[in-house]
Amino acid sequence: MEQLPDIIRSVPYLLEGAVFTVAIAAVALAVGFCVGLPLALMRVYGNKLASSVAVIYSTVMRGLPSLVVLFILFYGLAAVISLPAFIAGCVALGMCSAAYQMELLRGAIQSVGTGQMMAARALGMPRLKAIAFIVLPQALRLAIPSWSNEAAVVLKDSSLVYAVGLAELLRRSQQVAARTYQPFIVYILCAAIYFGLTFVTNRGLDSVERGLRLPTLLEEGH
Amino acid sequence: MSQAIVRVEDLHKTYGAAEVLKGVSLEVDEAEVMVIIGPSGTGKSTLLRCINLLTRPDRGRVWVDGEEITAPHADVDRIRERVGMVFQDFNLFNHLTALGNVMVGLTKVKRMPRQEARELALFELQRVGLRDKADLYPSQLSGGQKQRVAIARALGMDPRVMLFDEPTSALDPELIGEVLEVMKKLAREGMTMIVVTHEMGFAREVSNRMVFMEHGVIVEEGPPAQLFYNPQYPRTGAFLGKITELYGRREREEE
Repeated sequence: MEQLPDIIRSVPYLLEGAVFTVAIAAVALAVGFCVGLPLALMRVYGNKLASSVAVIYSTVMRGLPSLVVLFILFYGLAAVISLPAFIAGCVALGMCSAAYQMELLRGAIQSVGTGQMMAARALGMPRLKAIAFIVLPQALRLAIPSWSNEAAVVLKDSSLVYAVGLAELLRRSQQVAARTYQPFIVYILCAAIYFGLTFVTNRGLDSVERGLRLPTLLEEGH
Repeated sequence: MSQAIVRVEDLHKTYGAAEVLKGVSLEVDEAEVMVIIGPSGTGKSTLLRCINLLTRPDRGRVWVDGEEITAPHADVDRIRERVGMVFQDFNLFNHLTALGNVMVGLTKVKRMPRQEARELALFELQRVGLRDKADLYPSQLSGGQKQRVAIARALGMDPRVMLFDEPTSALDPELIGEVLEVMKKLAREGMTMIVVTHEMGFAREVSNRMVFMEHGVIVEEGPPAQLFYNPQYPRTGAFLGKITELYGRREREEE
């Protein structure tokens, strides 16, 4: 097969695209967390208005395909403001991820027993401090496995940004496939790179979870 | 005239269709140990939680150390600093060590410097006999140890009154003793205590005053000798008779 050397020479080009992939995913996850956590707190601890706002956001954003949200931001708003593809990608994916992160964080917060908050308030701790120092440290630990899942999803969804022209991994794979007429091999290579990224991410978060885990009676008997 | 540390006036509380507190009033003086007894579900825990406003009563007023916690603009958090509470389920903070549990109130609420908080926390753990377990997490402690850490955590805040909500009800029988010993020691040291419990031995030995509650009202109130040996109401005698029979049997079996 004559194109093999050509394909192999394209690997650095693809890996450069993978850097964009990781960058978009990292920013989108961060946006999703910074928006999702306050929404989760509004949902659990807020009054009826705050809680409803959070629920509406979650229902709407989880009901829309990320690609549609991306198109609205990139093409739809083009008349008003022209967002660079990278920014549009991060914002669209971030807003969608925020809805899912809100739900998973809400679940984690609610599975920290109500007794924890009661004991904290009984000490005279104001609600915000109790949330920050007692509930969230426990909730965030509980949330890591679900969050690891969300991280993998966002990494994979970053491929959607190819549709607005960003030269990330998928678009570059398309270009190489078109040039070498070997779509199968090229897309397998593309998949392998995506797999590598998600695998490393999940393993990394697994070891974070292990590092943060609280000792139980079985592990360190006294 | 010594002012009552806790004063409760005409408390009412309804959950859904059930009226759990139907007009409860009482007063607890400094260094007094009051034990509240009664059948389950009669509002004893609700009464206790109304004292530090973890539960807001529908009607009635509560004063702690002269300040009305039920007043519309009361600084509830600050008043709560002076009321220690020990829960049936311990409610220790799982992500903190025993030392961390006792320290967190000192550093985050009382804004004590870390080193000072650490020393005070170690002192309180010593007081409940658990200084050597300071660096263990709640999941590594037995039930009795967890409850003693919970007591140390409440004591660290230097409360004016300690509320105990069935502190030994979730413990294995062998572990009940170590918690009651700590509570007896506190009583001897002059702590004002309000204890909801089924432990009649503790009530007889340690309490200055007992209160029998049923169906959301106080049926009888008085010194333990009165409720145990000369109850003024038949229900009191019936309840205590049944409970002492149950616990008397357990005490005999332990001998």
